Amino acid sequence: MSKYSVLKGPEAFLPPAAACEGVVLPDPGQGLIQGDIVQETLAMEEAARKFLSAKNPTLFPGPLVLWNWNETAARKAAAIKRLYDVLKSHNSNALHIPMPDYRPKYPKIDPAIEINPNHPNLTIWYNKIDVCMFVGVHCHMANLSLKIIRGGTDCYTIAMCAQAGHEDAMITFRDATPEKIDILTNTVERLKASGDY
Amino acid sequence: MATKSLIGTYNKKGQKIVDPDYLFYDAPRERQFMTGSEVVREAIKRANVDVSISYPITPQSEAAAMVGDLWVEGYVGEYFRGENEFAVMSECAGASFGGARVFTTTSGPGTLRAYENFPMWVGSRLPIMLNMMVRGVNSPLSIQPDTLEIGLIIDTGMLIWHAESAQDFFDYLLMGYMVAEEPDVHLPIAICIDGFFVSHTKDDVYIPSADFTLPPYDPYRNPMPVMDMEVPPVRMMRDPFVMKSNYISYATQASWQQETRAACERSRKHTIRLLGGLIEEENTDAEILIVSSGTAVAQGREAVRLLAAEGIKVGIVKIKTIRPFPYEEVRQATKNAKIIFVPEFNVVGWMAREIKASIPDNHRVVEGPHVAGGMTMPPEVIVEEIKKVLAKKKESIHE
Repeated sequence: MSKYSVLKGPEAFLPPAAACEGVVLPDPGQGLIQGDIVQETLAMEEAARKFLSAKNPTLFPGPLVLWNWNETAARKAAAIKRLYDVLKSHNSNALHIPMPDYRPKYPKIDPAIEINPNHPNLTIWYNKIDVCMFVGVHCHMANLSLKIIRGGTDCYTIAMCAQAGHEDAMITFRDATPEKIDILTNTVERLKASGDY
Repeated sequence: MATKSLIGTYNKKGQKIVDPDYLFYDAPRERQFMTGSEVVREAIKRANVDVSISYPITPQSEAAAMVGDLWVEGYVGEYFRGENEFAVMSECAGASFGGARVFTTTSGPGTLRAYENFPMWVGSRLPIMLNMMVRGVNSPLSIQPDTLEIGLIIDTGMLIWHAESAQDFFDYLLMGYMVAEEPDVHLPIAICIDGFFVSHTKDDVYIPSADFTLPPYDPYRNPMPVMDMEVPPVRMMRDPFVMKSNYISYATQASWQQETRAACERSRKHTIRLLGGLIEEENTDAEILIVSSGTAVAQGREAVRLLAAEGIKVGIVKIKTIRPFPYEEVRQATKNAKIIFVPEFNVVGWMAREIKASIPDNHRVVEGPHVAGGMTMPPEVIVEEIKKVLAKKKESIHE
């Protein structure tokens, strides 16, 4: 069986879950790029390059960082805001679209200002988002959403996960902390300054 | 991690919370001679269980009652008897939704009565531990050992481990929680044993001190929000998007199912680390293999010894996890085999089907011998089956 790569879509009417195709989550200190385990620093560089070269880079912060439920969440939120500010200073099209909860939205979602894990493609399509990062989204919801995005859009997905990571994203980080988000921001700033992206 | 920070502290009962690896591998163990039911008592005593709910049905009633004793002694947080098995499993879901570590047991018709709950547990990502002491399910009524019941839950999405012995059973009960509660897995787990053969016979079991216990469940690592009527899956139960007739609703439902199957796949990594692999193999360079799970493996081991005495070399593969099924491991372990026997304690041969689906040239699989309905499987029956098949082969495989 040929090795499965987690590539941007649109992939299929119903794409497979990457874990069922043999993609294994990284260990601490590692990340994933398109299904391959790499050192985390390499994944940081690749994510930064994707952000810097994107037309509409977008952050999708979820409830774990949007709600001030513990001290770490508040620090993470501040770190994400800093990353957004750096992206925005580089590209005025950068977006920051929250996923404050997972409720189905009726009669329909407003894709200009919100995203829902059950139909994330609507927000991606509406805003023409070509690179996005999930952060602070509960793992099940993130995986659900990342797979639907891969199935129906051409958006390149990045996941900054506080637990074990998400193999349905094209790049994933695990054990996310405010400090790790800062490292990503610093990497974006460094590559931007060097012009090497 | 909140859980890790509790290591070295003490729970309400005064047990020291230790690193799971210490409890599994490093803590001194003492030999005890006990039944499978008593194994449940000793494992749950060390598992920091918050809630256990029971309902009597043979052969698991004794174990369930012993867990009740643990509640009286303060080892288990809450314990009560449900109205029936369907109610028990629903109540387990409620406790797990609320962030509790949950344990329950069932058998045979009880499993089937509760069945609707199992895929619901899976879709809701509830890491409930279900101990199944398997028995007959069909009419005429049988309370006796039969593994058909395992075949009936294979595709619910639960993790399913099948213990061969009381020692396996003790270790699986504790290790199972650690795998099931990983945030990338977070699924219910069925720890199965063959009713009576393991539940009601005594065996040597090596166990660590009850002064030690697992870290408590940490609901903040849950891949879903803890119970909230405004978010899925609970929200969906009262206002289900699956009821909407449009593509995106269908695609979401399908993706939801895929994600739970993906979670089962992710359990491989954690399970391999704790169990030392999804299979155990001996002499797999032999041209004849016995491959199975549960006590069929134990009987197979004895058949291997009897055949060796006659100069017939036979290897054995023990399958520890039915879900996830060790497809690649079985393929590798059987690559040299010319004939693969699959003894089973049921008439349908679900294990043989799984193995046939895993390997190339599956005409090599001999489905059997089978016994069921409480019959024992003497090793001589396996020996006889192997000799009968060999007699039909032209080539000699004697060493």
